[in-house]
Amino acid sequence: MTRHVILGMGITGMSAAATLRETDRSAEIVMVSEDPYGYYSRPGLAYYLTGEVPEKQLYPFERQDWTALNVRLVKGQAVGLDRQQHLLQLRSGLPLEYDRLLLVVGAASVLLHVPGEDLKGVVKLDDFADAHEILSLASPGKTAVVVGGGVVALELVEGLLCRGVKVHYLLRGDRYWSNVLDEPESQIIENRLRHEGVELHYRTEIVEILGKKDKVEAIRTKQGEVIRCNLVGRCIGVRPRLELARSAGLDVERGIMVSEYLQTSDTDIFAAGDCAQVFDPQTRHTFVDSLWGPGRMQGRIAALNMAGQKIAYLRKVDINVLRLANVMISVVGAVGSGRDDDLVSVARGSSETWLQLPNSTSTEAGTEFNHLRLMVGERTLLGGLVLGDQKLSIPLQDLVDRQVDITPIRSKLLQAGPELGNVLMEHWISNRERG
Amino acid sequence: MNLQASLSSESRRRQILASGHVVAEPTRCIQCGICSFNCPINIDVRRHAWLGVEIEDSYCLTCGECVSSCPRGVLRFERAELFLRRQA
Repeated sequence: MTRHVILGMGITGMSAAATLRETDRSAEIVMVSEDPYGYYSRPGLAYYLTGEVPEKQLYPFERQDWTALNVRLVKGQAVGLDRQQHLLQLRSGLPLEYDRLLLVVGAASVLLHVPGEDLKGVVKLDDFADAHEILSLASPGKTAVVVGGGVVALELVEGLLCRGVKVHYLLRGDRYWSNVLDEPESQIIENRLRHEGVELHYRTEIVEILGKKDKVEAIRTKQGEVIRCNLVGRCIGVRPRLELARSAGLDVERGIMVSEYLQTSDTDIFAAGDCAQVFDPQTRHTFVDSLWGPGRMQGRIAALNMAGQKIAYLRKVDINVLRLANVMISVVGAVGSGRDDDLVSVARGSSETWLQLPNSTSTEAGTEFNHLRLMVGERTLLGGLVLGDQKLSIPLQDLVDRQVDITPIRSKLLQAGPELGNVLMEHWISNRERG
Repeated sequence: MNLQASLSSESRRRQILASGHVVAEPTRCIQCGICSFNCPINIDVRRHAWLGVEIEDSYCLTCGECVSSCPRGVLRFERAELFLRRQA
């Protein structure tokens, strides 16, 4: 009997375990996790912070699901990997033997690297323990400073607002999430934040966190301004956890290097999810992403390959639908470019594939609250963004995903203007009906 | 919006509520469970969404609580095939 060991218990690991069980009812599956909370919806932590869901709701698996999955759970931290002996060393207890090992160790928030970062009150939002810490510190009358860009920064801002905390949001650059959003889109989000009482500080960098009795008391900016606060949220991006793979001599770059079969440089070890840097045979590039959908799919493909099949992970169009500053936003395919001064690595909940500047023409239309932007290629749509009213979200995803021919409407799309949405919707309906 | 247009849009909304069901786009679901939490009759909407199956629970009120509370655009109303077949 083959023993599969899965190191990590996020969505990718769970998807792999479910696929292995589905493929082989008698396989021995061991899941190792250092997270004492086990499997929960990590993106759902944002809604736990706002108070929209109670803690217990974030656990999707019920007792019968665990029984059906039939895995052995091991709580522990992996500290070493002996590839010759096929042994995973844990901090405590006996080493764990494996035939096939899947590394789904995830990614961790990047440090700010400023003095005072170890003070109580400096928080991140990687896991349930972080969310609990934030809630223990956030109460009406407190003040927080949030630093960084992307999705998690705003999730933290909104969570704190909902708990009655006054929030200062520090941006190094001129606008929010500048490598994905364009200027009008950033403006919509920033206006909403201001409306909710957030104080935005542009071109502002934190250089020191000041404290008293080990607790955060203020921050100092590069310009010398001191902002008094009880909490500092750091959200400048996440980096794959590479320590174990690197110390075991596996190939690593930005992530753990894997082939299209999600196999590392050791044929018995696989890696997937936001710790993996995956080779894409379609573009011959490698990419790291931290989205749930691809994480789930990679877990499935890795498991099928661990079970002896040979199936390549072929990337589909990456999509994420989010609520930022109470505005719904769908990001589909390639939409951005350039750099974001507020992120030093990929943001949680985003994908490097969004940042490839496609050979396309951008066209857009919108109002103060709703916005539609399309990346128009020669024959197909390559990406787009729907902000505000989400009626066009599914049609856009479908048109990009199925690479529907847009030749008949291309010139109309490029004219932009208020009819842009209608043109897109009508094309989707007519193609959908034909399909 | 004049009265006729307003009534027509309300009538369309009610028709959808009466003849539709909730369908999910599973690739968007992050299993946060807000949908199930907001269901007034405790249907496990999340499980349906995760598996990509429409909510055909005969108790579903099509009240739209799950659709409107989902922060990831996973759920939407679609006309149920049952009614389309009957009309045909």
